Amino acid sequence: MKNIIVVGNGMVGYKFCEKFVEKSESKDFKITVFGEEPRPAYDRVHLSEFFESQNAKALEMAPASWYQENGIDLVVDERVSDINRKAKTITTAKDREFSYDYLVLATGSSPFVPPIKGVEKEGVFVYRTIEDLEGMLAYAAKLKAEKPDARAAVLGGGLLGLEAGKAVLDMGLEPHIVEFAPKLMPRQLDSRSSQVLKLKLESIGLNIHLSKATNQILGEGAISGMEFGEDDILDVDMLIVSAGIRPRDELGRACGLDVGVRGGIVVDNTMKTSDDSIYAIGEIALYNQMIYGLVAPGYDMAAVAVEQIIGNTEVLMPSDIDMSTKLKLIGVDVASFGEPFMPASKGHSIIFENKTQHLYKRINVSLDGKSLLGGILVGDASDYSMLHQVFLNGMAIPEDPSQLILPASEGGALLGDVMDLPDEAQICSCESVTKGQICGVIESEEATDLAGVVSCTKAGTGCGGCKPMVADLTNATLKSLGIEVKDSVCEHFDLNRQDLYKIIQVKGYKKFNEVLDNHGNGGHGCELCKPLIASLMASIHADTANKEYAIQDSNDRFLANIQRNGTYSVVPRVPGGEITPDKLIALGEIAKKYDLYTKITGGVRIDLFGATLNQLPLIWKELISHGFESGHAYGKSLRTVKTCVGSTWCRYGMDESVSFGIELENRYRGIRAPHKIKGGVSGCIRECAEARGKDFGLIAVEGGWNLYVGGNGGANPRHAELFAEQIDNETVIKYLDRYLMFYIRTAKPLQRTAAWQERLEGGLDYLKEVIIEDKLGIADDLEKEMQTLVNRFECEWTQAVNSPEMMKRFNHFVNSEEEDENLVFVPMRDQKMPEPWV
Amino acid sequence: MIETVLDKYKSTKVESVKVWFKAASVNDFPKDGGACVKYKDKQIAVFNFERLGKWYACQNLCPHKMEMVLSRGMIGDDKGVPKVACPLHKKTFSLETGENLNSDLDAIAVYPVKVEEGYVYVGFEE
Repeated sequence: MKNIIVVGNGMVGYKFCEKFVEKSESKDFKITVFGEEPRPAYDRVHLSEFFESQNAKALEMAPASWYQENGIDLVVDERVSDINRKAKTITTAKDREFSYDYLVLATGSSPFVPPIKGVEKEGVFVYRTIEDLEGMLAYAAKLKAEKPDARAAVLGGGLLGLEAGKAVLDMGLEPHIVEFAPKLMPRQLDSRSSQVLKLKLESIGLNIHLSKATNQILGEGAISGMEFGEDDILDVDMLIVSAGIRPRDELGRACGLDVGVRGGIVVDNTMKTSDDSIYAIGEIALYNQMIYGLVAPGYDMAAVAVEQIIGNTEVLMPSDIDMSTKLKLIGVDVASFGEPFMPASKGHSIIFENKTQHLYKRINVSLDGKSLLGGILVGDASDYSMLHQVFLNGMAIPEDPSQLILPASEGGALLGDVMDLPDEAQICSCESVTKGQICGVIESEEATDLAGVVSCTKAGTGCGGCKPMVADLTNATLKSLGIEVKDSVCEHFDLNRQDLYKIIQVKGYKKFNEVLDNHGNGGHGCELCKPLIASLMASIHADTANKEYAIQDSNDRFLANIQRNGTYSVVPRVPGGEITPDKLIALGEIAKKYDLYTKITGGVRIDLFGATLNQLPLIWKELISHGFESGHAYGKSLRTVKTCVGSTWCRYGMDESVSFGIELENRYRGIRAPHKIKGGVSGCIRECAEARGKDFGLIAVEGGWNLYVGGNGGANPRHAELFAEQIDNETVIKYLDRYLMFYIRTAKPLQRTAAWQERLEGGLDYLKEVIIEDKLGIADDLEKEMQTLVNRFECEWTQAVNSPEMMKRFNHFVNSEEEDENLVFVPMRDQKMPEPWV
Repeated sequence: MIETVLDKYKSTKVESVKVWFKAASVNDFPKDGGACVKYKDKQIAVFNFERLGKWYACQNLCPHKMEMVLSRGMIGDDKGVPKVACPLHKKTFSLETGENLNSDLDAIAVYPVKVEEGYVYVGFEE
């Protein structure tokens, strides 16, 4: 049994362990890993996510138990302080001694802090470890309490500096980036792309200061500002230094290993240092006289060291290392690959720039125009994966290379098919997965879908940048094997939503089993097709969710929103947000009687939480007796039409937004759709109702309403787009009837209007042709179908409480009147909440 | 506390049933759907899988977030295996074996069911 000691438990040190234990030879070795941080290795690349989640566990590469399960001794919180090369031992800061046969140095780097006067002041931080971030968070919280408009600067406008800038934004401080060079990301971007990135970042609220050399940090004890020159001062309350990295080579230096002039332990292409028993990998290794600060080369180094130690001496580090990167900085795509800057003597550059949309694309091609040498993408890096593959594999490029980056005119896909890539093309560089491996696991039937491919190959589990390409390859391979990849709804139907809509409409089916038996694949349905077909039958026949309740989705089944502990919330409809004092009092009294947690919703209604199944009909009986009806907050249907107070009260109002909002909400209430629908009506251009953030929005202007469609909040906020201008109430209703009905007929399951209209072939112009000009000749049908739905509206809660049969479903137990005794509530700000999940 | 709730539920085989508990009338259960039965301090989800002509029973507790909700879930099949989907996060479990089908949660306990003279009985060891 030979001993391997790994010094450093960062991403690369961890990767060494992971690759090592996968080898059958690993049983002849014992690995001991030392880390100076208090926790096992974590994903430093995604460190900024800690500010959103504050969940250190989520960033872990593997839990502590993983090391144990694989027979690795993990020693955290203990720094290695000395190496004795003669005795082949190491000593730790706790004065313990361990002997090794092989020593692997993976100590990484530390942030470089320039020797600026005053840099030791309180409020100056570096950005490297979770402890650094925790320190920043605590300091920022203290600052904000004393000074709500506190500012924080980041020293350094490189890749890490901009990540730190995002951290400042997330902490809620005013962000400033200070860079010594005249451009951002000087190592990856040329001046023009850097300028585009600067404009984009400024547009989202970052203040950028270029060509600034910091002379000193000002402040008494704590930082209060940065001085760049006489009379050139930036007031800041906090500073994060991100001015580059320095390899942590002190151990190697002290024991006499060869080191570079500017730091780093010299290694050859076997990752060996000047001592045959000692290897160095990651940001501490000086290879080709370079320190590689990216995770992919670090992982490759780890793999080479593993092979060398187990005796596969022919596995060597390549001499050309790909430094291509693609990342999302503060939501902005930035990518560079191959040779991003290129002298004119070596080739030609083709540049596409659109400053209004903050887009920049540059590709460098060889002088003969036949091969791609490198490039830069800012603002939209969706072409990165393909361009990168073309570059890596020396694939042929179009005769007119500008087609590679120009916005595609028709059909796109100028680069050809992903399947044209050679098998050895590396698709996932974090995990070194090739196209051949991805296609291989599908061909060998180890994987039958994308999830399977990801779990078999680990492709896409690192930075995630290659995910779209992995998905394309998976689909293309399945297709090549004759396995059809359809947008069918689930395993029980070979049909998509639109097909099913037509079938149900034509055949008039009213029961799930009729659809399944006549058009399904012979199974018994599932949680995907059942609620979908329930929704289609409701849309087509103007049914409520009370019909066939066992096929309704969780919330529709009990006409309420299921919450964290299995209790429900209740939202009565308050059209347009207008409510009488009497009704408001009734809501308060009912909430009090049933001890419900009460909150105003995002759609300006009142939500009552914590109702048990048994209480739901009791609560609704009382609500209905006070004139309320279902608010359909639980349904894929119209939620609210939010309004501002409009010309009835507002001195700026141009029209009666409340009256019109109420009319629209009452018109479309209860109608089942592919997803939820929200509306908004604003009485003037100040837009207090936020109508442009809704699926349909109206803004009163001189001479009528401007109609906007296809907006939403959610994970991908979208502004609704202007659809028609200065139209009257009647025309608004005509267009909206047609628009909503067309959406209900043709969208995919759970597709909001924004995504639907974006993916419509022909886009908004086509939609206008169908809705306004009636190009398809269906406008009459759409209007009639909508009018039928409107006429046949019925409040489903009123239906339910008046039917003893329907009421039966609201008992927790079928054989007892008791309630679920497992419910536990805890107090919170004078109300209650469910006990937190463990 | 939650561990002890989970400990109450152990899969039971027909041959080891000592008590057939008369739960409710067949008509109290929705077709191709479920309802919850209380037996001593246990909550059991009972499903009338009419398309298969079979009845199934399992613990009402979803092991994912420890909530008493499985009886309110939708049933169906996963490549032929009868299953229930939890209404909270759509975790699915085999109604035959209790096995979690779409992630790596522990299996849930399943119980035998019989129908006699219009009544549904669930089998327990005690």
